[in-house]
Amino acid sequence: MTLMNFIYGFLAVLGAFVFQTSLTGINRKVTARLQKRRGPKWYQQFIDIFKAFSKSSITHGWVYDFGAIMALGGIAATVIFIPVAGMQAFPGLDNIFVISYVLAVGMLGMAMSAAGSGNPWASIGVSRALTNMLAYDIPFMVVVFTLIYQHNTGSVSELASIQQGVGILGWNFFKLPLGGIVSVIALFGMLGKKPFDSFIAPAEIASGPMVEYGGKQLGMMFTLHELMTFIEVSLILNLFFGGGETLLIYMVKYAILYTFTNIVSGVMPRFKIDQAVTFFYKVPLGLAFIQGLLVIYLGWGY
Amino acid sequence: MHEVQKNDRSLWEVVGDYFRANSIWMKWYCTGCGAIEMPPTMTSRFDMEQLGMGPMATPRQADVLLITGYLSTKTLRRVIYSYEQMQDPKYVVGFGSCTLNGGIYYDSYATINQLDKYLPVDLYIAGCMPRPEAIMNSFGELIEMIKKGEAKGWKHYKENHEWYKANQMDSLGEVIIHDEFHE
Repeated sequence: MTLMNFIYGFLAVLGAFVFQTSLTGINRKVTARLQKRRGPKWYQQFIDIFKAFSKSSITHGWVYDFGAIMALGGIAATVIFIPVAGMQAFPGLDNIFVISYVLAVGMLGMAMSAAGSGNPWASIGVSRALTNMLAYDIPFMVVVFTLIYQHNTGSVSELASIQQGVGILGWNFFKLPLGGIVSVIALFGMLGKKPFDSFIAPAEIASGPMVEYGGKQLGMMFTLHELMTFIEVSLILNLFFGGGETLLIYMVKYAILYTFTNIVSGVMPRFKIDQAVTFFYKVPLGLAFIQGLLVIYLGWGY
Repeated sequence: MHEVQKNDRSLWEVVGDYFRANSIWMKWYCTGCGAIEMPPTMTSRFDMEQLGMGPMATPRQADVLLITGYLSTKTLRRVIYSYEQMQDPKYVVGFGSCTLNGGIYYDSYATINQLDKYLPVDLYIAGCMPRPEAIMNSFGELIEMIKKGEAKGWKHYKENHEWYKANQMDSLGEVIIHDEFHE
């Protein structure tokens, strides 16, 4: 580990933020066009975040403040471990389990901070968010275990590079189609896109975990959300869509995948939280198990 | 009441005002009939999001408090609570003639007649009700005011807190609340 590793890690966080925030802004325009509106400027998301940072803020106790910083720190730390087009800050540390565990620090920080605000809507939002996490994580992890069994490695960059070089038919999405479908459905759950956005639900539970955030803490939450989106989309991209041979290919694939989730989200209604859990435990979990059995006993996907 | 000095902004405030002018998050309770004009302003015909404006779920997240139409004294208390929960550069927009002078409710015992006695109003939109064209036009005005640093009702509220509180108490009267926080 040299100084260069740390500089690269810092640049990765900065680059991820700028790229994902621009993409969010463009996708706000895409959503607007779906609804026959003109939509905001493409850099509107930057203005919103910097505006939130320019406002005053209050505290609801040290748990609230500490949780917000812990969440942002945990998520920013996770971004460093994500391999982007074969480049990593700390080579060899990009195991899927490392990423899941470091990601959990951020998630729990957010839950702690929101619950620390003392607002009942926030508690309902957090409980829904964690229930949602439990729902999408189990089918997703079954598929990931299948991948690990198949390739005998848990390294995200290796799993990505195995798929490269033989065109799109080398992607795990086409080699393991059922698992690929499960992972894309799980991506909707991870990103909180409709139909799995019941933990945000602005008109129902007043934006859930975000209810008491204002000013600088709200800015931190928005920054965190952009970074978390980057982690989740990157994970699915690396595991099932072959990552990227070069940075440009990676960014184009990333933009297409993220815009796809956004367009589908734009025409979907919302599941209640119990419906979302029932759905995840019926359809994606069933598909994930069938995929696992096919790989383990019939040797499919080689 | 004394006037707040104009053009005493630091460079940081000028930059902040640029961001605040281009990203206006609003909170409105459907206190009066004016709220019915907001859905057409939000949706595809007028599309307020192209100016960077959007609805927000809670007062903590919002920059602008919209008072959409007449305000009963019972609602006034909640509106004041909400206004005081908002984070600091915050603006109030009075909507329709009921907030200006009472409108058709000018002689009602249950509504207030003049909103700026209770909250620092930065901008009024006249009309009964103002149509979406008028709303979009006025928000263009509000954006210009924020950019120039003229929308400083929140500073005014801080500096003349006594005067506003006296007016509020005058209208609402004192209420003794029975719950675990006050006893």
